[in-house]
Amino acid sequence: MNEFVERLISFGWREPRPSYDVVIIGGGGHGLATAYYLATRHGITNVAVLERSYIGSGNSGRNTTVIRANYGIPEAVRFYQHSIELYQTLEDETGRDLMHLQKGLLWIAHSELGVRAERARAAINTAFGAKTEFVTPEEIARICPQIDLSGGGVWPVQGATYHPEGATARHDRVVWAYAEGAMRLGAHVHQRTPVTGLLMDGDRVIGVETPRGPISAGVVMSAVGGHVSGLAAMAGLRLPIRSHPLQAFVTNHYQRQFDPIVSSSDLLFYTSQTPRGEMLMGAEIDRQPSYSYRSGHHFIQQTAFRAITLLPFLRDLRVLRQWTGICDMSPDYSPVMSATPVEGFYVTTGWGTWGFKAIPAGGEGMAGLIATGEPPELIAPFSLDRFAKDRTLADRGSAGTH
Amino acid sequence: MSLEIDCRQCGRRPVAEFMFGEIPRVPDELTDPDERDLDRAFMHENAEGPVTERWFHAFGCRRWTTVERDTRTDEVIGSAQSPGYPVER
Ligand SMILES: Cc1cc2nc3c(=O)[nH]c(=O)nc-3n(C[C@H](O)[C@H](O)[C@H](O)COP(=O)(O)OP(=O)(O)OC[C@H]3O[C@@H](n4cnc5c(N)ncnc54)[C@H](O)[C@@H]3O)c2cc1C
Ligand SMILES: [Zn+2]
Repeated sequence: MNEFVERLISFGWREPRPSYDVVIIGGGGHGLATAYYLATRHGITNVAVLERSYIGSGNSGRNTTVIRANYGIPEAVRFYQHSIELYQTLEDETGRDLMHLQKGLLWIAHSELGVRAERARAAINTAFGAKTEFVTPEEIARICPQIDLSGGGVWPVQGATYHPEGATARHDRVVWAYAEGAMRLGAHVHQRTPVTGLLMDGDRVIGVETPRGPISAGVVMSAVGGHVSGLAAMAGLRLPIRSHPLQAFVTNHYQRQFDPIVSSSDLLFYTSQTPRGEMLMGAEIDRQPSYSYRSGHHFIQQTAFRAITLLPFLRDLRVLRQWTGICDMSPDYSPVMSATPVEGFYVTTGWGTWGFKAIPAGGEGMAGLIATGEPPELIAPFSLDRFAKDRTLADRGSAGTH
Repeated sequence: MSLEIDCRQCGRRPVAEFMFGEIPRVPDELTDPDERDLDRAFMHENAEGPVTERWFHAFGCRRWTTVERDTRTDEVIGSAQSPGYPVER
């Protein structure tokens, strides 16, 4: 699949140089977007992205592609709103069809408490620049006629927030567009190049070890998704991250059109229709920290059971494919974009189950941090030292699933 | 098939019945008390390989059990029920 597209897109693959100004470990969306914005916004092109498998083989090619900014804390609303806006212009900027579709997102409340939470979400979104409004069951039925407002008689729909800018995009095309854009300006992307060690000079990271030889670097950034703890440990750094599997599945073709993205925190699932007409379903992480990609029947059973409560038509569909990604979960459900106590070593992590929407703004922010040495305002609150400073950014109610 | 935890009371039961309990290990190299507190509160080994961990059988006998598991495969390699395995820690 990937080889085919590699031939369609004119990538200029090259041999690694012995040294780069910036080495980025991990060819997922965040690593590649950082390379892209270093090149396009800061003119820094002596950059290599090292990917141990093929680009997009991690969570950036496994996610359910929900793009939204309806978070619950000011710092997150501002950051994700900026990311939404970068996504809206990314096709024009890169000249690539990313299948970006603005669908609108309904976040359903099934209880008094849920209604209060959604009203609060609408208020805080509006205050900090995201478009979200509270809607009644009648309006919900208009936006999405397939919803059973009685919630199977058990989870009655009491209201929702509607987030018109909620969107999806084709995930691997986003990855390739950033790779291609960065490479066109001179950055290198090396696939099948795992980083197996960090080169240290005392407390400072000065390069990386790979099976293709050592590569020295002015700055090293980790963007390795769920595998960040092992990499950080090579620099003697401990992180507030635990890696959990997250599963998803798609059904066969649904005959009718299903317009919005629909989420429910009470029922812990969300769904949208893919351009091929399949219903794409996600839910919460597996409870054990793990690096195993094994998917299970239990997940399908639980998620389908809850989803059918709200969307009875799903009963007649069949599960087509199921898969798993390994998510770098942070304790406050917010990301970490930051310099570290180890000189020359930066991390972008804590992307958990919610980092696809953040690829543009996360990449732009990390590029700014690396280019100037100072974190841009939008990402500054997400520093690693927030845990020591008692400035955590708790937002579990907005980030638990997608 | 999803992960099964070997409860010392009830035997192998689905992971959905349990709550996870990490055994926090602050590295000895950390000597500053504040840094030790910070590490204990927030940092994780997050090891890729064999780990020893605690599980609380919330929807079962409501006791803690100790399990050794390989996080690369989710294979349970030891438990409180395995001969010679420490029951309490
Ligand atoms: C099932 C599922 C559904 C999701 N749904 C959504 C959603 O709807 N919306 C949303 O916003 N987010 C979602 N997410 C989260 C999102 O996918 C991730 O947060 C995001 O893709 C993270 O991007 P990344 O670049 O940080 O990591 P990744 O894409 O995982 O990239 C990391 C890369 O690093 C490579 N790597 C690892 N170790 C090394 C090494 N030592 N040397 C070299 N390379 C290495 C890996 O091979 C990988 O390609 C979902 C995730 C999953 C699993
Ligand atoms: Zn038990």
